Amino acid sequence: MKKDEVPQDGCKTYSGHKKLIYAVGEEGHYEGVKSSGWEVEGFATEMAVSALDSQLEQAKAEYIKGDVSPIAYYIPLFRFDLMSLAHATGFFQWQIKRHMTCDIFNKLSDKKLQKYSDVFNISLTELKKPEIES
Amino acid sequence: MNAIENPIVHRQSSHCESGVVANMLNSQGFELSEPMVFGLSAALTFVYLPMVKVGGLPLIAYRMPPKSIISSVCKKLGVKVTSQKFKNEDEGMAALDKALSEGKLVGLQTSVYWLPYFPEDMRFQFNAHNLMVYGKNEQGDYLISDPVFENVVTCTAESLKQARFAKGMLAAKGLMYVMDKPEMQVELEEQIKKSIKKTAKMMSGLVLPFFGIKGINHLAKKIDKLEKVSEQEAGMFLSNIVRMQEEIGTGGAGFRFMYASFLDEASQLLNDSSLHEISQYTTEVGDLWREFAMQAVLYCKKRKNVSLKDVSNSLRVCAERETILRSKLLSWSKG
Repeated sequence: MKKDEVPQDGCKTYSGHKKLIYAVGEEGHYEGVKSSGWEVEGFATEMAVSALDSQLEQAKAEYIKGDVSPIAYYIPLFRFDLMSLAHATGFFQWQIKRHMTCDIFNKLSDKKLQKYSDVFNISLTELKKPEIES
Repeated sequence: MNAIENPIVHRQSSHCESGVVANMLNSQGFELSEPMVFGLSAALTFVYLPMVKVGGLPLIAYRMPPKSIISSVCKKLGVKVTSQKFKNEDEGMAALDKALSEGKLVGLQTSVYWLPYFPEDMRFQFNAHNLMVYGKNEQGDYLISDPVFENVVTCTAESLKQARFAKGMLAAKGLMYVMDKPEMQVELEEQIKKSIKKTAKMMSGLVLPFFGIKGINHLAKKIDKLEKVSEQEAGMFLSNIVRMQEEIGTGGAGFRFMYASFLDEASQLLNDSSLHEISQYTTEVGDLWREFAMQAVLYCKKRKNVSLKDVSNSLRVCAERETILRSKLLSWSKG
């Protein structure tokens, strides 16, 4: 890629930041060039972000309906998935799945809930009763 | 509280780990560019691990695992690195303060998610980010040179602690590292040759089909098989590859441009025009990776004229060219 071909597409996912890309300058040698984003990359990022957003919307709706526990809502909110949350909390994935149901969640000890609070960096009160922004 | 500000050179970099190493060396008077750090550490590779899932999608990487750049470069330069992990969070923060008050520059491994200065869309649960702390202001906020940002930033003690001690995969456990002052005399020529040879050897892949050129071809096969899943699922799979290649601080084309830049710099240092030709060839390879990313995204946008076969074929072209690149690098390193 030549220096003048470095994309400057002003990707909104960059929030005004610029990244450093290496490209070939006029003399035929490499230099660092700042880029405001490449549309191709931005599209891929937005796809991932919107997938997370729709997961969160779904979890929010299910939580409000009372179908799932707050854990199910917090997982997409903090951009976790079952595997990363299992690694972070020390629970098995099947345990987390159980904790996502209201019945099981309501019976959990504060000691177990504290593990989730620590990982999400929120208080036990918030964990038990999320304040949902509409 | 007394403010501390240790002198640094902050240069924006493409990648966090090579950037921290380069900035740490430069700050201590040892001039070395980020691409030179990356090339010397022989960090260029390709990995596709279908069984390791990140956010439900397979792990794809274009470089060696975290921490390999710092350890390998410092070994080559004969620079001593002292690193520490902590069980207790407050001890970890106290050790950071102590090192700063001794005038040291401190490298940290952190999570990306808990760093408040990251843009919203780039915050995700990834625990192997690297940054350098160079002081503390009167409010008790840390002064940070985060190499992927244009300018230096600050971060509250609370957030930095959270980021250092985030649990999970690749958890940093408060890892901090300091570098001894580098020796000024290092024979780079020999080290460049060794590292190019190592990179070339790794490119062919190991016995398993997940690494190097074998890994690229394996991924191409997997893309063909996406015919059987929904367009949505295929799209998520492809956009994940594009993100790993372009979004995650690679300097473009999954580190291929940074490596070409290293070869270019090495050719000038060694006054070797054949190495410059290989650099140009690597640029072409990088351009083909960008072409592949473009095809993948065109498929995601449901452009009728781009099929999964087109996408996988453009990846196979990368594999073919990397095979040629490998033999060029190998024969140069033997010359």
